[in-house]
Amino acid sequence: MAKLSIGDLVKIKEESKRKMNLRDGEFKAKITVHMGTCGIAAGARPIVDALLKEIEKKNIKDVLVTTSGCAGLCSREPMATVEMKGLAPVKYVELTDTKILRILTEHALAGKVVKEYALAVGSEKTSL
Amino acid sequence: MAKAYRIEVMACSGTGCVSNGSFQVIEAIKLELKKQKLDSEIEVIATGCNGICALGPILVVKPDNIFYKELSVKDVPYLVEEHFLKGRPIKKFMYTPPDEKEPIPLLNQINFFTKQVLVALRNRGLLDPEVIEDYIARDGYAALVRAITELTPEQVVQEITLSGLRGRGGAGFPTGLKWQAVRRSKGDLKYIICNGDEGDPGAFMDRSIVESDPHSVIEGMLIGAYAVGAQEGFVYMRNEYPLAVKRISIAIEQARDKGLLGENILGTNFNFDLKIVRGAGAFVCGEETALIASVEGRLGEPRQRPPFPAERGLWDKPTCINNVETWATVPVVITRGPRWFSSMGTMTSKGTKVFSLVGKVNNTGLIEVPMGITLREIIFDIGGGIIDNKAFKAVQTGGPSGGCIPANQLDLPIDYESLTLAGSMMGSGGMVVMDEGTCMVDIARYFLSFTSYESCGKCTPCRQGTGEMLKILTRITEGKGQPTDMETLEQLSLAIKEGSQCGLGKTAPNPVLSTLRYFKNEYESHIFKKKCPAQACRKLNEYIIDEERCLKTGHGCDICRKECAYDAISGQTKQAHKVIQEKCEKCGSCYDVCKFNAIKIN
Repeated sequence: MAKLSIGDLVKIKEESKRKMNLRDGEFKAKITVHMGTCGIAAGARPIVDALLKEIEKKNIKDVLVTTSGCAGLCSREPMATVEMKGLAPVKYVELTDTKILRILTEHALAGKVVKEYALAVGSEKTSL
Repeated sequence: MAKAYRIEVMACSGTGCVSNGSFQVIEAIKLELKKQKLDSEIEVIATGCNGICALGPILVVKPDNIFYKELSVKDVPYLVEEHFLKGRPIKKFMYTPPDEKEPIPLLNQINFFTKQVLVALRNRGLLDPEVIEDYIARDGYAALVRAITELTPEQVVQEITLSGLRGRGGAGFPTGLKWQAVRRSKGDLKYIICNGDEGDPGAFMDRSIVESDPHSVIEGMLIGAYAVGAQEGFVYMRNEYPLAVKRISIAIEQARDKGLLGENILGTNFNFDLKIVRGAGAFVCGEETALIASVEGRLGEPRQRPPFPAERGLWDKPTCINNVETWATVPVVITRGPRWFSSMGTMTSKGTKVFSLVGKVNNTGLIEVPMGITLREIIFDIGGGIIDNKAFKAVQTGGPSGGCIPANQLDLPIDYESLTLAGSMMGSGGMVVMDEGTCMVDIARYFLSFTSYESCGKCTPCRQGTGEMLKILTRITEGKGQPTDMETLEQLSLAIKEGSQCGLGKTAPNPVLSTLRYFKNEYESHIFKKKCPAQACRKLNEYIIDEERCLKTGHGCDICRKECAYDAISGQTKQAHKVIQEKCEKCGSCYDVCKFNAIKIN
């Protein structure tokens, strides 16, 4: 193993940044793919796959991918919610892996909602 | 290229969770992830101790910070399918505080964690202790870089002095002063030692730090070595800590591999290397001069101080010896600055302190809190109060060398001085909580049995005196106490404190002195009334059977009669039973087996 220099320490830290962001729950954008039975049946898993691969390929560090249960609109699955830090979440419906990659680039990374795939902005209330 | 995951499963693999089966749970999760083809999306990390050992095995699911407790292998398939695949966190594995109905899903909302401030334990549960890159990713070795490139050794000593950091091993000696003394000592050969000989019953701070973040200790020692001018160091770990020994060994190897130990560290002209010495488990080897003797290969016996190790230590060379927690704290002081550190704590005691909270408290585990927090906050807010809502009686701080602090001092803000004033001490940070069912004489007897066994035997007052005290305490708990016993105990205590050379003897009588001070009535009751108020000393109890209850609820089940080894119970099935007092040896086994609460203690 090569001996480290001071610069190498900084490099290691930078390389592990995505992992540490995941552990600290730090993010610029969070993409939640809905993975209820309906979502999985409609093809949610390839969407998660595509997202993770793209994040790896482009070495993106501040976009988190998570999953949650059924979003309630089973007929329009697969669905995903994109949440930019501090902004209202946006729900996307009837996704494919090409659609989700466009959402990743345009919305999660550049901050521009992809209107043609979007269902609505905001979430249901969880209490009255 | 670093792999992208969507979930990191942080699974505690501290010794507490390991003994509850966490390694098996981790294996099962990995297997199940593979089965569900999720292993490319989800990573499982075996972390060090998470702190709340009472609830192990523990998982924290990142990024959402969902906290799961008491998992077993059979829960794993459901967990993986429901949460990891379908994204539905599972309520029944979450923590529900006593007296509440709804579980708390998030780690950072659980009371046990919210009051803690992590410095020495800053990385707990957030990294894999066997992966050096994880430590580096969390600012690891950045303090070392700052020290050796931006600061002179004198400035490092100055920063430590300014921070107000004091030795976390027990005595609370200012760390900066100690470093200064070693730095000023003449000699080209100097040593650094990490004291990891943690021996207090119920204390596991140092073990946890080494298990969960071994590189923090190595980095602290590197900074110390640079500051005092040492080139060689030793980590003294007791052999009863196999996991800690394993993890520090791996960490040292990795650091050496990467050029963080050895010659020309990080390309500078600073050289330092570390060796591990395994201790055989003698309590006295936690005393610095005994520890040094043990490293040298001699019998672990303390010697006269001065000269202090700072002048003449290992092989008579100037030696800087600090405890695990102190070393682990050093890097943070250097990174975040002395002012930040000294902004926490009290006038005399700065920063935070790690305690192991054990005994009759709901949330047993490892905690780190700012100095100056009250005992009440620790025991009731973090610890979640006393088990079964019983009454709090006392808390023993400082291990066998400490004392018992009673309920009327619960609001005591804790620091080195306040605890000493209360007749106890900070010690290394053991905290044993006792409830109304604990007999204070019996507790004093227990701690004396420990110190008397562990006394190295060099000084007569300690060797003979602790044995004599143990004899007296034992006879008091057996109902054979004599009227002069309390006075004798006090005299012996003072003589042992006065006449012993090292900390072991000087502090061994503390549990007796503090219980005599706060719980004199319990001693009197044992000696004069031959009664144990806590009903814990069985020899002093009189067992009687509530005949009506025995017959009505138990239908004379006859189990107690069969259990009694002395034929001291009369009766037969479907009849009320009776204890024959003349034959009763007071072993209490009838009391233990009766399912109908028909046996009472008089």
